[in-house]
Amino acid sequence: MADVRNRPLSPHLQVYRPQITTVLSITHRATGIVLSLGCVFLVLWLLAAAAGPRTFEIAQDCAGSALGYVFLFVFSVALFYHLLNGIRHLFWDMGHGFEMETATRTGWAVVVGAVVLTAIAWILGLQIVGGM
Amino acid sequence: MASRNHKRLGPSRTGTTHFWHQRLTAIALIPLTLFLVGLLPNLAGATHREFVTLMHFPVTPIMLALLVGVGLWHMKLGLQTIIEDYIHGEGCKLALQITMTFGTVLLGVAGLIALVMLAAMPPA
Repeated sequence: MADVRNRPLSPHLQVYRPQITTVLSITHRATGIVLSLGCVFLVLWLLAAAAGPRTFEIAQDCAGSALGYVFLFVFSVALFYHLLNGIRHLFWDMGHGFEMETATRTGWAVVVGAVVLTAIAWILGLQIVGGM
Repeated sequence: MASRNHKRLGPSRTGTTHFWHQRLTAIALIPLTLFLVGLLPNLAGATHREFVTLMHFPVTPIMLALLVGVGLWHMKLGLQTIIEDYIHGEGCKLALQITMTFGTVLLGVAGLIALVMLAAMPPA
């Protein structure tokens, strides 16, 4: 019986040269953690609104501050990346796209797609904010 | 003896549940997150009154409640895997899993109650 404590738990990352597929894989986890933080802020923001106009005003001031916008930007990049790469994962689950060439191509498509969607969302979003 | 040796080597029978739930919630989150992306610019700089008005369209609290519920479930499954993979001390791992699960449930209950309160607020 192998010692349970010493069994390998995940690939030994340090010994491999970074490749697009592995970098995107760990980025999926990293963006997942960023989005988890976003979930915490989303719930805090809803609680502030539920508590009344005064607490909501404080929450809105925080969200509208420079730091708030930086976090919203990082959150949006993480969201679009995780969304697109998640769809890539769903295609893998159905058995498609495992060829190295395809996996590399869809990987870059996810990166470009995340950048483009973030740009579109912020351009349209800031127009809506400016129009109010 | 066999059952003792197999302990902690992973689940039997329910082995695909984690995988399947992660995928189910992932599919549901595609429209739900797109709804959030569309909603957020409309709420940037909004007053409390404007937010409450928006919450009186049933679609807003319904979609947000689904987003909170399904999103946190997906988050819990993902964080669970990350803890399983990277935290190697058994005690530390267990403590983190418990804290993370309790935290997720706390966030979910708080988020849903906040949404019910907002949807029930009288128009100012």
